[in-house]
Amino acid sequence: MTHQQIPDIPKEKFTFINRSEEIHDEKLQTKAIGYLGDAWIRFRTNKSAVVAFVLIMILLLFAIIVPLVSHYTVAFRDGYYKMVLPKNNLFAGSGFWDGAKNEQQSEAGYLYLNAIGQETGESAIVKVYESFQDSTGATFYRVRTDSYASVGFVYVNLSENEYNALMQYQEDTGIQVLYPLPQTLSKHFVRGNDGANFWYLLKDEAQGTTGAPQLDENGQYIANYMSSDDPQRAGYTSTRIAGDGENGVYYTYAQKNQTGYRVRVHYKEYFNYINGFYASFLFGTNVYGQDIFTCLAVGARFSLLLAISVAVINFIIGVIYGAIEGYYGGAVDMILERISDILADVPFMVVATLFQMHLAAKVGVVPSLLFAFVLTGWVGTASRVRTQFYRFKGQEYVLAARTLGASDRRLIFKHIFPNSLGTIITGAVMTIPGVIFSESMLSYLHIINLDTSSTLTSIGTMLSNGKDYLSTYPHILFFPAVFIAILEICFNLFGNGLRDAFNPSLRGADD
Amino acid sequence: MTKYVIKRILLMFLTLFIITIMCFVLIKLLPLPAVREMGKDINLVLMRREKMGYNRPIMVQFFLYIKNILTDWDWGVGEQMYEGLEIWDVMMQKLPYTVVVNLYSILISIPLGLGLGIYAALKKNKWQDTVISTLVMVFISVPSYVYAFLVQYIFCFKLNWFPLQLASLSQAGSLFSGKMFISMVPAIMSLSFGVIAGFTRYTRAELSEVLTGDYMLLARTKGLTKAQAISRHAMRNAMVVILPMIFGEFIGILGGSMIIENIFGIPGIGNLYVNSITVRDYNFFMALNIFYTLIGLVSGIVIDISYGFIDPRIRMGSKK
Repeated sequence: MTHQQIPDIPKEKFTFINRSEEIHDEKLQTKAIGYLGDAWIRFRTNKSAVVAFVLIMILLLFAIIVPLVSHYTVAFRDGYYKMVLPKNNLFAGSGFWDGAKNEQQSEAGYLYLNAIGQETGESAIVKVYESFQDSTGATFYRVRTDSYASVGFVYVNLSENEYNALMQYQEDTGIQVLYPLPQTLSKHFVRGNDGANFWYLLKDEAQGTTGAPQLDENGQYIANYMSSDDPQRAGYTSTRIAGDGENGVYYTYAQKNQTGYRVRVHYKEYFNYINGFYASFLFGTNVYGQDIFTCLAVGARFSLLLAISVAVINFIIGVIYGAIEGYYGGAVDMILERISDILADVPFMVVATLFQMHLAAKVGVVPSLLFAFVLTGWVGTASRVRTQFYRFKGQEYVLAARTLGASDRRLIFKHIFPNSLGTIITGAVMTIPGVIFSESMLSYLHIINLDTSSTLTSIGTMLSNGKDYLSTYPHILFFPAVFIAILEICFNLFGNGLRDAFNPSLRGADD
Repeated sequence: MTKYVIKRILLMFLTLFIITIMCFVLIKLLPLPAVREMGKDINLVLMRREKMGYNRPIMVQFFLYIKNILTDWDWGVGEQMYEGLEIWDVMMQKLPYTVVVNLYSILISIPLGLGLGIYAALKKNKWQDTVISTLVMVFISVPSYVYAFLVQYIFCFKLNWFPLQLASLSQAGSLFSGKMFISMVPAIMSLSFGVIAGFTRYTRAELSEVLTGDYMLLARTKGLTKAQAISRHAMRNAMVVILPMIFGEFIGILGGSMIIENIFGIPGIGNLYVNSITVRDYNFFMALNIFYTLIGLVSGIVIDISYGFIDPRIRMGSKK
């Protein structure tokens, strides 16, 4: 380029532009956006990821709060409210989520449920849709039965103190809990709780009953209580049911035995007396009478806690290991790579099982599971970190920093690592759904066994408890299955959102 | 290429050896369960234990174990289940169930997955693609046992189309009879959802990347129709990545899915593995550990090597 020569410009023609202050570069008017801020802006625009994140937070809150506020615990096992249906008191009587289900009952079954309603005043049959006769002439009813009310009565053994306290409770509140004992059935018709619901006379009892009641001429049940002329038999001084004490005949409310008293209680009221609230299980109960709602929260808390700790531990180990491999390269890399190769090839099931066999008895089921996840889990993170290090370590700014005398540690953690952070965090989040799945699978197959634990349960355990009742009580399976499905979908969506936010170039690569 | 293959195979055996020795030692460190009194079998089991050197140092036992396998193909006998039966025989008896169920599943999944993936890639960013991608996201995330329960509830219980559990061999006649197939359908369906979703996602990702390539533009400019360009150029290049994955899946069918086999009562290899853990039969456990490790290793190698066979560029690269 040739310069055009301008000869002889007189000196006066030159003026200073700005003499009053120093000249700076113009300051940026906008605020600088950092790496994370930038990612956050991109993440925000991804609606499905944001929804997934909100859902994860809700599920997390559910898992944290529910076990704290719930009436029930994992250790709570009710022997009578087994496999009762989901019930929300807000929906009582609405025909949905009310703890009732539609079923078909024979005449004997219909009258059995009806009798419970008659004695307690709270009907076990919510609704009768229709009755019909089959080809043999037997009558059947299509009814909606309340799974809570159909528990009806149970026999319990009380100590002397408990017995007196319960009588006192009856007098104080006016709620009838104790009901007269029926005559012992000569042939036990096995239905309900040890026959505690048969307070009425049965047909054909001499020949072996079918459970159908003997009705009087008005079609009413005939009471079949134990009775005597002593109103205070077995020390009973409390309130009596209607119709008791007529003609000097008093029903018997308790029997003395070696340890105390055997009584017959209305289970709904008795449950309230013992626990201080009426039974109502939002998601129903399982085969052990555990509250599914609480178990689900405890199981979710366990899964999430395990998955997040695994992700964090694997992140730390993986980053250190991968950084050493990637930064130093050469022989160090070769040797470390072979070790992680071998670890990566060990099937996870083998590791998990061996850890359970060796360590479960010594350090507990959960820590040994955690070890199993950590042992092979960090390999993925390490190889990701290694790749990122190979990518960045030759770049000019790293060389410049090295020339300025930065130490290895400073180069690794200040210069290279922050640049690869996005990819690594995404990878760590993506391991969470995998861990949740593996954990539920292992506990489903009983390779890790949480059945006996009184404080812990897992979604897999709940699923395996429910699988035999798929056709009869699908709610036992339904809630854990839906829960884990939502959890997995949310974590995958969230992970994808993170990946897109950190690496815009990969957007949509495999979603 | 040959050199690379040989190197990979030798490395595989080294890895297998190391994993086997680790497993073996860890299992031998566990307390040995007593042989159960099951009549005549107990002596056989005790004799076998003598032959396998149960009261000698662990390393000697290991070499005896390897020696028995290599010379007599003797994997030991069942001690806590299938007492006295040869482990290899039991495994070979279980394997067909697993393979048949998984084979059906794969044979259904490949065309469906590829088809959906291609369709989604061609309709990229249109509503068809959005629908498919969303479904794929859902089906990939939801665990297979959730489908299994759904399938069982809807098709087996509510609609009563299929039996809840797999038919036994005596009922169905043979493994390939129609009755057997009907009873396998629920398991096949539950297995397939995830696999189809996986194939679809992969195919869509690969193909949509390939479709943006310059050579696709060139193919169109030189006068090929869209269909010709896709089938001759795009599909071939996409297959470079997709085929190895399919090969890998084929090896994987040997292992099967433990949880699906458990739910549908398939007496396959996965079920055997779970049972061996439950009853603590270490001979079965050890043999199946080797089996599963080998499957993983082989499918890894097959994937890597098939890349080289399919794509000359990668083959050339490995010569350097």
